[in-house]
Amino acid sequence: MSQLPGNYIEHHLEHLQLNLNTFTMGNGGFWTLNLDTFIVGLITALLIGGLFRYVAVNMTVGVPGCLQNFVEACIGFVDRTVRDTYHGKSQLIAPLALTLFLWIFLMNTLDLLPVDFIPSLMQMMGVQHFKIVPTADPNMTFSMSITVFCLILFYNFTVKGWHLGKEVLTKPFGPWLFPVNIFFRLLEELVKPFSLALRLFGNMFAGELIFVLIAMLPWWSQWLPGGIWAIFHILIITVQAFIFMMLTIVYLSMAHDSH
Amino acid sequence: MEIASLVAQVQSFKAIAAGLLIGLASLGTAIGFGILGGKFVEGVARQPELSNLLMVRVLIMSALVDAFAVISIVMGLLLFFTNGPFVSYVLETAKQVS
Repeated sequence: MSQLPGNYIEHHLEHLQLNLNTFTMGNGGFWTLNLDTFIVGLITALLIGGLFRYVAVNMTVGVPGCLQNFVEACIGFVDRTVRDTYHGKSQLIAPLALTLFLWIFLMNTLDLLPVDFIPSLMQMMGVQHFKIVPTADPNMTFSMSITVFCLILFYNFTVKGWHLGKEVLTKPFGPWLFPVNIFFRLLEELVKPFSLALRLFGNMFAGELIFVLIAMLPWWSQWLPGGIWAIFHILIITVQAFIFMMLTIVYLSMAHDSH
Repeated sequence: MEIASLVAQVQSFKAIAAGLLIGLASLGTAIGFGILGGKFVEGVARQPELSNLLMVRVLIMSALVDAFAVISIVMGLLLFFTNGPFVSYVLETAKQVS
């Protein structure tokens, strides 16, 4: 590493961007597509979808192989978690939770690759900036959390119907304080997408930045802090994926329960 | 020379801000984890057969306690290690004035 530390970090924080106004590389203000996030997210999604599809097609009722056992364990785990929290009969929540959990987990796992490995590989092919972890990009996490938010709104309106109005007007403080109730309810709903997205983004971004900082140490002293942080990070990526799934289930079941 | 002192002033404030961001966030999570772990041990001591269930809950809560502190710490580290907009803003203003 022959650059200044500030430049090295800032080089690692830049995305491979596509300007959607002119379809050239570069920052286009609002109409910018972060190509690296998009491509890596798509690849990981296809990987999971393809794997599960493959297992589902080749499923045996006899002695299952390693892969089928793994997939069944994943599905069983998510199914149990959903059953513990949500007691209705929605066809959507369990598959949504499974998708979110595995997808976020796989995208987070890319954080454990060496920080300079993929960017330098891309640099050999002529691409200047490439960020490998999609969940360390707020666009990715916000797109997921806003989707969940839209589902929350949809179920609030369709399942509760007129009860929703009653709930919004009278919920914590009774009917006489209805302006306060409306304000509290709006705040409560609007905080959900932000807290979901910022929590995941913050953790992944933090992990990546600390890996970058470790990579700036001299090469002989990187092993110990890098190893410790990587082991701690395995816990973080799993727990963050689980939290995102869990909170999605909780929010959606709150949207289903009418009081 | 004046520009150097201005930049030094900005950098010193940046260092103080980074210290506050990292330190206060760590303080908050330390208190949170203390309460969380203490209550967990109390709960397990009261009902040891629930320890697996409580462990999962504690892990979930620990991620919630951790999350915003981590964001704050990273903002502090970013402020500390990257050049950021502040110094370049000072330099540009100085260039316009002189």
